Amino acid sequence: MEKLSYPRLGETVLRHTLPNGLPVMVVPKKGFARQYALFATRYGGMDLRFELDGKLQDTPAGIAHFLEHKMFDTQEGNALQELAQNGAEPNAFTSNAITVYYFDSTDHFYDNLKILLSFVSIPYFTEESVAKEQGIIGQEIGMIEDNPDWQVYRQLMEALYEKSPARVSVAGSVESISRITAQTLYDCHKAFYTPSNMCLVLVGDVDMDRVLNLAQEILPAQSGEEIPRDYGEEESLTPCRTLAESTMEVSMPTFLSGFKCAPVPEGPDRLRRQIVGSLACDALMGESSPLYARLYSQGLVNGSFASSFDVLPGVSYAYAGGDSKDPQAVTQAILSEARRLVSEGLDEDYYQRICRANFGTALKALNSFEAVAVSMAEGCFEGFDPYGFPEIYDSITQQDLLDFIAENICESRMALSVIRPKEEATCTQ
Amino acid sequence: MHETRTEIMPNVYLTYLPAGKFKTGLLSAQLLTPLRRETASANALLPAVLHRGTMRCPDMEQLSAAMDRLYGAQVDYTVRKKGETQCIGFTASFIDDAFVPGGERLLEPAAELLGELLLDPVTRGGRFLSEYVESEKSNLIDAIRAVRNDKREWADLRLLQEMCADEPYGVRRLGDEESARKLHNRSLYQHSQKLMESSRLELFYCGSAGEQRVRDALLEAFSTLPRGVATELEMPRTYAAPSQPRFVTEQMDVTQGKLAMGFRCASRDVPAMILVNLLFGGSSNSKLFLNVREKLSLCYYASSQYARSKGILTVSSGIETRDYDRALEEILRQLKAVQDGDWEDWELPGARNTILSSLRAMPDSQRAMENWYLGQTATGQEETPEELALALQAVTPERICAAAQTVQLDTVYFLKGKE
Repeated sequence: MEKLSYPRLGETVLRHTLPNGLPVMVVPKKGFARQYALFATRYGGMDLRFELDGKLQDTPAGIAHFLEHKMFDTQEGNALQELAQNGAEPNAFTSNAITVYYFDSTDHFYDNLKILLSFVSIPYFTEESVAKEQGIIGQEIGMIEDNPDWQVYRQLMEALYEKSPARVSVAGSVESISRITAQTLYDCHKAFYTPSNMCLVLVGDVDMDRVLNLAQEILPAQSGEEIPRDYGEEESLTPCRTLAESTMEVSMPTFLSGFKCAPVPEGPDRLRRQIVGSLACDALMGESSPLYARLYSQGLVNGSFASSFDVLPGVSYAYAGGDSKDPQAVTQAILSEARRLVSEGLDEDYYQRICRANFGTALKALNSFEAVAVSMAEGCFEGFDPYGFPEIYDSITQQDLLDFIAENICESRMALSVIRPKEEATCTQ
Repeated sequence: MHETRTEIMPNVYLTYLPAGKFKTGLLSAQLLTPLRRETASANALLPAVLHRGTMRCPDMEQLSAAMDRLYGAQVDYTVRKKGETQCIGFTASFIDDAFVPGGERLLEPAAELLGELLLDPVTRGGRFLSEYVESEKSNLIDAIRAVRNDKREWADLRLLQEMCADEPYGVRRLGDEESARKLHNRSLYQHSQKLMESSRLELFYCGSAGEQRVRDALLEAFSTLPRGVATELEMPRTYAAPSQPRFVTEQMDVTQGKLAMGFRCASRDVPAMILVNLLFGGSSNSKLFLNVREKLSLCYYASSQYARSKGILTVSSGIETRDYDRALEEILRQLKAVQDGDWEDWELPGARNTILSSLRAMPDSQRAMENWYLGQTATGQEETPEELALALQAVTPERICAAAQTVQLDTVYFLKGKE
């Protein structure tokens, strides 16, 4: 067992890899009543095409998310129910790159962990239960399709990318999920829910030895083959379309502008690239930037405006958006501010402030057990140490930010997605 | 160490919640005022305007700079509805002294900044700056309208507006668009002066600093708070359901319909009612979720909430428009099951464990603690999470049925999609 200390964060992390290939991490937290367990697989909404037994397989959009829903079914009934009876709060989510199952409890922790490890590792599907889930997820898809934030994001991804599975919604469509059968679910479970493709993270006052014993008792003794995935050829950095617009029942226009960035390779440098990207977005258009203050006082953006840098398998992009009366004007202002910063540089006092604030935000996130556990899982899958951030902040310079802005925040990389209100309101208060 | 609540100035209370396990300290300053149709929008607008600038940091850039220098101290303005009280103010979260790279102390400057935001806003000729008031007014109106974007929230809100049309509880947290439109910089300034001197101020701190240090920092920061004749807060009144429930249907261009239902609960047995709600629809293991959603696939979500200070139980669900009758019938059938004591052996311990676990975990979140104690004081209650946990452990199945039998349907609101 490996013990890593992070004195600047007041944290330690225990790590051990089981003989079956499963990495297990404990982040001890003293004085908390809660204990948190997260069991994750490196399998998400973008993993649609992969090689199994030497053959390329194409699977329906939304399958990882569908599988997540169905994993809670057990031969005896439903694992959600079992966990909830112990007062645990279980849940799961599927992102572009990973699927995560977790619970939070203040009692019966090891019983709950046993349930978690069992239901995630032992699939149980029938044609009837799959058909029923198609109804439930169909409803979920209907609900997110009514959500303007989701629509504006999906529209942006479709504009930025031509082929990458980043264009595809994690939940899929009513049509794509109708092609899922119990057999496809079993196949995908077998391929991706194998110990070496997963990781287990525990946060709180948790005994590593008890965890390891339980994991060895319940999980398979060996892992399956590693599955090569295909995210498509690397795309050019020019967006597929520069503008995508549609209308919905919203009270004012909402928009996202996206800037296509080069893919970020896995490995220790990945966290640094993420931090540089997010600092650059903060310096350019974050809440304390001169640009934000100007747009806000002109009434062009409101408190919903946000910006950041996202890294997904095989792609990355910076984005900014929110509600605005004039999305085009906001976007032009971002582009011209980027040009100004690149030519004039950043005021050193301003740069230091942005770094302090961004560091403070990263430190605050350690209060959240879920944020800690998810970052541990991502670090484990993508080969970086999420607690290495204080040293990264020390090493970043203002030039790193300017280089990022000069390279990425320009018209040739940009696509704009806008949702406008329908002309006539059908319901007034 | 235990939490304490003391009056540190006339009608100013400090709730001190000691905890050394967080990376951050949390400070909160909240003015408590009765929720009224006439003043709700003005009260909601005020913290947004105050958040635009103080005499020392007169614009957003300088204010942000001050927060950035405190290692990204996050100061948010809040407008909350607790029972029939509107709570407005600021919360500040800042990293704990132990983790500040330069060894600076952040509690004192954070307290000072909170005090400044509330008491020393940037003004010109005895008024707020009209550009700030106008821009925040337009944001407020946008926010009031934006509730329509989230159809679930919209349906739940429309239900309460219909059901509690003549009660303060039917007033929206942010007030209404019409009264927001009438606000301007002079009247808002006058309103703010009255509000400051007549409202109770509740201060909260959760973090590692000692009580004396916190008290000193806050006394210093709020020393210029004007204190006049205090406005008494009224406790929420409860009402009976009408003899026949009311049905309201509206239409929007949406794919999924939203069904919201409101019930009145005459029972004063709050711990029993909390369990009624959990058995019925308050968790992912309750009857609405397991039967209406999972077993019958009648909806994507179906859950219930219990507003204990007001004795109101509400159901929120998303359904296909064509399933309206079946969903309504099935939801009522699940309530009947709770009233009849018709539940399996695991259901009651499951419900009880859910709430006990969340009460035990509450001290693990600074924001949850602040929100709990604010809610308690705003609705005239003193119970700690531990005391409520003890009361819940003593509830019998008989008490649950008795409480559930007082639950009566008041109003049904249906937002249907176009057919």
